Amino acid sequence: MGVERRQGGHDSGAGREGGGARIGSRLGAWMSLAVIGFLYAVPLVWGFLVSLKTPGQASAPGLGVLPRFEGEGGDPSLFSVAYWSRFFEQAASNYRDVWTSPIADFPLYLRNSLLVAVLSVLGTLVSSSIVAYGFSRLQWRGRDAVFTLVLATMMVPQAVVIAPSYLIFRELGWIGTFAPLWAPAWFSGASSVFMLRQFFLTIPRELDEAARIDGCSHVGVFVRVILPLSRPALAAVGLFQFVASWNDFLGPLVFLNHQEQYTLQLGLANYYAQHGGTPWNLVMAFSTLVIVPVLLLFLLTRRLFVEGVATQGLKE
Amino acid sequence: MATIGLDHVRKCYPNGLEAVREFTLGIADGEFVVLVGPSGCGKSTTLRLVAGLEDLTGGTIRIGDRVVNDVHPKDRDIAMVFQNYALYPHMSVRENMSFALKLRGVPKEQINSRVHKAAQSLGIEDLLDRKPRQLSGGQRQRVAVGRAIVREPKAFLFDEPLSNLDAKLRVTTRAELKALHQRLRTTTIYVTHDQEEAMTLGDRIVVMADGIIQQAGPPLEVYRKPVNRFVASFIGMPPMNLLEGVLGRDGDTLTFVEGSIDASGKPFVLAFPAARADALAPAIGKPVVLGLRPQMLRPASAGSPTTVRVPISVVEPLGDLIDVFCSTPKHARLVARVNAGDSTAALRPGGEVLLDVDMAHAHVFEPGAFGKSIG
Repeated sequence: MGVERRQGGHDSGAGREGGGARIGSRLGAWMSLAVIGFLYAVPLVWGFLVSLKTPGQASAPGLGVLPRFEGEGGDPSLFSVAYWSRFFEQAASNYRDVWTSPIADFPLYLRNSLLVAVLSVLGTLVSSSIVAYGFSRLQWRGRDAVFTLVLATMMVPQAVVIAPSYLIFRELGWIGTFAPLWAPAWFSGASSVFMLRQFFLTIPRELDEAARIDGCSHVGVFVRVILPLSRPALAAVGLFQFVASWNDFLGPLVFLNHQEQYTLQLGLANYYAQHGGTPWNLVMAFSTLVIVPVLLLFLLTRRLFVEGVATQGLKE
Repeated sequence: MATIGLDHVRKCYPNGLEAVREFTLGIADGEFVVLVGPSGCGKSTTLRLVAGLEDLTGGTIRIGDRVVNDVHPKDRDIAMVFQNYALYPHMSVRENMSFALKLRGVPKEQINSRVHKAAQSLGIEDLLDRKPRQLSGGQRQRVAVGRAIVREPKAFLFDEPLSNLDAKLRVTTRAELKALHQRLRTTTIYVTHDQEEAMTLGDRIVVMADGIIQQAGPPLEVYRKPVNRFVASFIGMPPMNLLEGVLGRDGDTLTFVEGSIDASGKPFVLAFPAARADALAPAIGKPVVLGLRPQMLRPASAGSPTTVRVPISVVEPLGDLIDVFCSTPKHARLVARVNAGDSTAALRPGGEVLLDVDMAHAHVFEPGAFGKSIG
């Protein structure tokens, strides 16, 4: 079901670009994209389908695509009203169980995750764009060396940093608060700085110069010219940061103490661990709910990604 | 409006490049000065120094009575039009034009009336709500000019504003800029590499090369009395013919002898009129470069001491005029621009033409790319 929808999307996209004569040569590309898309989609779709099933069926061997309902009413046909009413009943019950579970406060975790992610995104956008402006628009001694150093920090894995970070946050009294999860984002990140700097470099300098003559200081150029023109890059950086915060498991695990502070990732792990005998249908329903906000956000910002860089005020 | 003074201005880049070596020029209130020269001559850098977009290495820049060496561009009260227009892509035409006024806290009604007035004078009223990407090149150029004039600044700075337009639009826009200047009388510095643009627009043109002013003066003066070979060859279309040779004496007559003997053994010799003898006498026997504008050559019917017979390689009819490309015995290029009416029937590639040279006005330079004008 989900797979078909994806492929449908591919076809319509390709049809827009396609000139009839080149279709043959593009077929290969489409095929490989379809295969790769399929491979990426399978776990998601499978997880989603499992989230609709009954507990027994979810843990049964085999790869039934759609839930089946045996027992009292027999096995209703796929084309009967009875089947679909059972289907929606089961699905709704799974998701309701997750949302109202006594062992995991999903709405609270959602709120915690959103708080951490939104603060991180804001912090990254504000701090990284300022730093990127410094690296792309200001002349200062040692700039390129410092930039290389900033890039080098991308090579350091999170696992290496986490112990020293813990010590620092403990000194600050931040352990058991959300601060260690979002505050570092306000000091910019190497990859965000890099992406934004590269984008800023594509904005013609004459725009800065025109703005300076028109009456802008550096702050004015940054806020009134560079930032408005960088919306696509800011959207991309923001989304990446959102996903990183949203999916972060190690950070919350190390820095948070109390269950009421859990983020969704930690909540999911806890939910999975506390259930005896793993009800896969519920775990998958939980997982699906965790993924939904990210998908929504992507759909909302997708237009910005594809929007070309608007430098048309300049020469062709 | 204001005078602009540049006094011993220098600009060195950290990499050692000396973009402007020595630039001293006073620009009168309301004057239209064109900086012209080949790329890399320092003309754009000079303009950017006046705008405050570059820091001076040495010298002083004054706008009005104020030394602006350390004044921020926004406080110099100048407006600049860039080669690529530099319109803010995310703003409408109206927002582009009112941006500077808004930043200066001009009241809204006044902004609206000034934008409207400027738009009206440039014929871009119906474009005010469009974004720059929805405009053609010519329209963008107008908006860029409009953005400059709503400011009512002390001076306009133009950095090759026409070079992104097609040839036809360039000529009409050039005339509009000139009309605009005659109407507003705002002090203007205009940078171009196009000598024709310089000649037609400027009250005064400043020819630059290697970061130095070669010559500054009214266009016709620069055209008629170039101070050196560089200026002579840069100004004027088609470019001046330059023949290397020596100044000789044949009895009482001063002659120019091209540096070699032609195939048939005859020296290529041109006689100067007696009136020029005194001025040229000191250079007798020395190597010189003879500068002949293509307009100084015309077909002759009978030989004389000022005629030469040369082979034709290419003939380019332009309508009323014909450019005839010939070569001298020393294989220097010799272009003659002749009237189509002047017995031109015989002008064909592979043939020969007898050209009469206007030796009374011929230029003589010392050797070298920047050889000074003599006599």
